[in-house]
Amino acid sequence: MFGKRARSIGLALIVFLLGAQVVWAKPPQMHIMEGFLPVEWALLWFALALPFWALGLRRITVLTREKPELRLMLGLVAAFVFVLSALKLPSVTGSSSHPTGTGLGAILFGPLVMSVLGSIVLLFQALLIAHGGLTTLGANAFSMAIVGPFVAYGIWKLLKGRLPTALTVFLAAACADLFTYVVTSAQLALAFPDSSGGFVASFVKFGGIFAVTQIPLAISEGILTVLVFKALQTSASAELKTLGLTPGA
Amino acid sequence: MNPQSMSKNSLPATLLLVVAVVALAAIPLLLNPGSEFGGADAAAEEAITEVRPEYEPWFEPLWAPPGSETESLLFALQAGLGCGVIGYFFGLKRGERKNKS
Repeated sequence: MFGKRARSIGLALIVFLLGAQVVWAKPPQMHIMEGFLPVEWALLWFALALPFWALGLRRITVLTREKPELRLMLGLVAAFVFVLSALKLPSVTGSSSHPTGTGLGAILFGPLVMSVLGSIVLLFQALLIAHGGLTTLGANAFSMAIVGPFVAYGIWKLLKGRLPTALTVFLAAACADLFTYVVTSAQLALAFPDSSGGFVASFVKFGGIFAVTQIPLAISEGILTVLVFKALQTSASAELKTLGLTPGA
Repeated sequence: MNPQSMSKNSLPATLLLVVAVVALAAIPLLLNPGSEFGGADAAAEEAITEVRPEYEPWFEPLWAPPGSETESLLFALQAGLGCGVIGYFFGLKRGERKNKS
């Protein structure tokens, strides 16, 4: 029926991706660099991130007061983000990028908690490693610490109990990773629309670069999250129960 | 499947997953023998200047590592600190479990 059409679209896609690789052998890093968003966009993303930070802080305060036994696990999910965002993994495109690590915490504590923890990691990287930036912190937090965790949480809630737990954890974490990059591409495209093709052309441009590089990394992130989750099921079943996540169920 | 049976039978599965992660990082190295897998700081700049050539970044990092060696030190430190916390967590939990039994 549409075999021919699908094939030609597929072919066009492959050609485009190959082309994108030739033009940009090194894709942009996942975080938008310091000063690389125009002021009005930088402010907008800060404004959008602020309510999530406020709600997330309140959530963490309530959580640590009501269930102090979970504090250590809160440290664990923050440490997981910390480690994974330091791992610049080689990808098939011949460039490196890093996973996000936000999926695990989103599954365990919900997305609001991660909006704070993920942003702290971003702040650390902006200040000490000049990775990402202070002016772009709002935008980077929105993609990595807000949208990513919400995607993970949504997938987890949707598929939990319908698919094996490990597979659900994998999908949630991998999609959080991918969507972080989708949002970053959209943020760049909004701020820098193509002069002829506008937002869409620019989005395809930035997104095309990210997609190929990031897919293997998203798979890695999914697997690593499953490994830690499995370890938690054996080591921290009491905490999982407190969080309403009965292991193996 | 109950949690006990899952944890008992999962060693081969765990090993397989670890191998998969390593392979996902190693295969690209074999596929792109000429590449340096470089940090991509300059490339984002290129992509943006391609779309809007006149754009000038309006803010500079307050502090940046002097070179890639110091930068990799900081990244290693970041990963090391995180792994320390993760190791502490699982070590503590293991001790708690042992004490219980």
